[in-house]
Amino acid sequence: MSKLAKQLGLPKIPAALSVRRLFGALDFPLRAPSTPKGVAPKPQIRTTGGDYDTSWARKRPARIARAAIVEGPMRLAVAGLAAPERNGADRLLDLPDEPLIFAANHHSHLDTPLMLTSIPEPWRHKMIVGAAADYFFGTKVTAALSSLAMGAIPIERTKIERRSANLAADLIGEGWSLLIFPEGGRSPDGWGQPFRGGAAFLAAKTGVPVVPVHLAGTGRILRKGRSVPRPSTTSVTFGRPLTPAPDENANRFAARIEREVAALADEVTTDWYTARRRAYAGDSPDLTGPESGRWRRAWALGDRRATKRRRTWPDI
Amino acid sequence: MATDPRRQAPRPGFVLNVDRQTPPILFHHGDNFRLEKLPADRTRVIYPAEPLPGLPDPEGSIRDALLNPIDDDPLPSLLKPGMKLTIAFDDLSLPLPSMRKPDIRQRIIEQVLDMAAAAGVDDVHLIAALALHRRMTEDELRHALGDRVYDAFAPQGALYNHDAEDPDGMVELGLTRHDEQVTMNKRAAESDLVVYVNLNIVSMDGGWKSTATGLSGYSGIRHHHNVATMRESKSFMDRHSSELHHSNWRQGEVIKNHGPRIFQIETTINNNTFGYDGPLSVLQKREWEWTARDRATFMGMKKGLDVMPSSARRQIFNSWKAPYELTSVQAGNVESVHEVTLEHCFKQHLVPVEGQTDVLTFGLPYICPYNVNSVMNPILVMCLGLGYFFNMYRGKPLVREGGVLIMSHPTPWEFHPVHHPSYIDFFEQLLAETTDPVELEQKYEKQFAEDEWYIHLYRTSYAYHGVHPFYMWYWGAHALQWLGRVIIVGGHPRSVRRLGFQPASTMQDALEMASDVVGSSPSITHLHNPPILMADVT
Repeated sequence: MSKLAKQLGLPKIPAALSVRRLFGALDFPLRAPSTPKGVAPKPQIRTTGGDYDTSWARKRPARIARAAIVEGPMRLAVAGLAAPERNGADRLLDLPDEPLIFAANHHSHLDTPLMLTSIPEPWRHKMIVGAAADYFFGTKVTAALSSLAMGAIPIERTKIERRSANLAADLIGEGWSLLIFPEGGRSPDGWGQPFRGGAAFLAAKTGVPVVPVHLAGTGRILRKGRSVPRPSTTSVTFGRPLTPAPDENANRFAARIEREVAALADEVTTDWYTARRRAYAGDSPDLTGPESGRWRRAWALGDRRATKRRRTWPDI
Repeated sequence: MATDPRRQAPRPGFVLNVDRQTPPILFHHGDNFRLEKLPADRTRVIYPAEPLPGLPDPEGSIRDALLNPIDDDPLPSLLKPGMKLTIAFDDLSLPLPSMRKPDIRQRIIEQVLDMAAAAGVDDVHLIAALALHRRMTEDELRHALGDRVYDAFAPQGALYNHDAEDPDGMVELGLTRHDEQVTMNKRAAESDLVVYVNLNIVSMDGGWKSTATGLSGYSGIRHHHNVATMRESKSFMDRHSSELHHSNWRQGEVIKNHGPRIFQIETTINNNTFGYDGPLSVLQKREWEWTARDRATFMGMKKGLDVMPSSARRQIFNSWKAPYELTSVQAGNVESVHEVTLEHCFKQHLVPVEGQTDVLTFGLPYICPYNVNSVMNPILVMCLGLGYFFNMYRGKPLVREGGVLIMSHPTPWEFHPVHHPSYIDFFEQLLAETTDPVELEQKYEKQFAEDEWYIHLYRTSYAYHGVHPFYMWYWGAHALQWLGRVIIVGGHPRSVRRLGFQPASTMQDALEMASDVVGSSPSITHLHNPPILMADVT
């Protein structure tokens, strides 16, 4: 730094005003004590990440505030940026007024607001969202904002921990519905990622049906790595609720959820009957794309690519 | 799903003996209403049963019906790759009014198609079995079948309206033992399996009538849609006493022997026409149980309707979608399925009534099977009153032979020029000459049925077939023969006289006019319909 200051020609700071000198001069109890050697340091209690306490965000005042946020600015923003076309909500009409797990594919930060404004009543306003503990709960400010605006709860994705799953299961037991993105993170290249077993595990543990949901188009608006959204069109397609078969473990159920989301994706690009035919024949196009080199995967995305080629020649 | 305990234990229909304490009774009056004070001590009012509870899991019940059909194999075992599958379904004349989404047809057809997809069936056609009714529009098809089905089949031309006048699209299957021709849509006739999806709102619907009439043409339908048959159908709501149904069943035998295999799906719905809550819920409550809120709603609604132009009133009522609930679904063999359906229909609709009456009254609503999203013209008023409502009986007619029928309807001289072109000519030209159904049938039916222009409009526009107004008139032939006089309260006088009936300004006037026929102190019975009821007269 001092080199840089010299290069920039900044005046030299007097040694008496140096931060290190100033605070280094302070001694205990004005500064924190150091731990003696040979003594095990007291374990620090984390209040961020997976340890963040979100219970305040499920109390009445926070729920009212969240409902106002979802129905006001969030709905306006989603309508303006994403112009969503919502299909398949009629498949949920006969369900009793009990919790559901909504499992959707994940391309963008816009997915959560899009889902929160698309999920029909009576589930929309009693909803928790599984959010990455390391990302959304990294600091107290982001944790508080995520909890308040989205009803987020921290889900550990970088380490194996029961706490997240237990919290989600307890809340489902209390009547809260869960929105979860089983891919574990946003798509890095426009293609989907294999579904992890979280939603399937929770469904098996709580006996709550999983509603597969396919989101299309959000990657064009705000893909991973971009910070400025670009308005485009999106679609949200709800599938029929699924429950695990008695002899189906979480991994197999997760794969079935993934296949259903793939069939919904097929339904958006073809038609319902073709999609069902291919689903039963096991021919639904894979969400994860071809296993090939990077450029070929990008090429295979076609119109779903996040950036459109710039036109260099006029139309003739 | 009904959660209110009162909805789980609905009260049956019943007969009220009117006394001096009885409040004025609600009469439907087209797209408006009337409240009429009926004479005490000699008037009965027949009230419909409250809506039966809907099935708690409609999707599960449909699936169960398809997997465990009556006297037939499970549907999945009938579906094979490479087969020709045709799914025919009831047209927009059912239910009345149209139901809220998702329509039952959508629920059933999606499940049938899902099974077909699992079996790998590629060649699937969906046909609106509308016989000689008008074609359904895209919006109407989307409402009945849902966007998923429409978008999957309509763009490829695999979802369409039946065309009974397509020279290349119809085949003759043979003759019945009474020498009645049996014709059928060619695609359906050549299919390996026809799945017919019914919505049985009344006991007249379903059975062999679905395929023998719905997928047929004029040459087949004329054998039962005629004056002699309708006069022998007592009533056509009672399948076992209906010549209309006997003829259809005979044609069904021919279909069974020479046509495609039929897998019949029938459904019944409850009486929840106007909802438990909301502005129209008052219409399915008994008058003495109207709360202050109901009364205020009714008065506000009536005042509003009084000052509105008729087009606005029509638009409002046509936009009403009934919150019907599915009460039963059964599939399999046509005849066995239909018997179960009838039981469910009667469970909701039948009300026991002792003895006939001198004067029968009812208010006609804004809708009948042939004016969905359209105009209720005077011929349809006749058909709804003397055809449908009069025939809402089992045993014997509610009104005695030679009795008087008093209906309430504005009966405007108004027609929908696109939907009902032949009705206009029938009303303006033929009814001016005669109202006798036999004479009309003998002199003019063939001419209207074979008119090239009407056929062109039926096939390419949204017009009812040229012969359709005749059928409407025949529908009332039994009542015309039975009744001593027909009076329409509040009807347009010229229209009413053209129909051969008498107009009256008020109910008091109508009862006064009726006394010429049935004496000064006649017994009166009012049919409080809709929601639908059927009198079981002993």
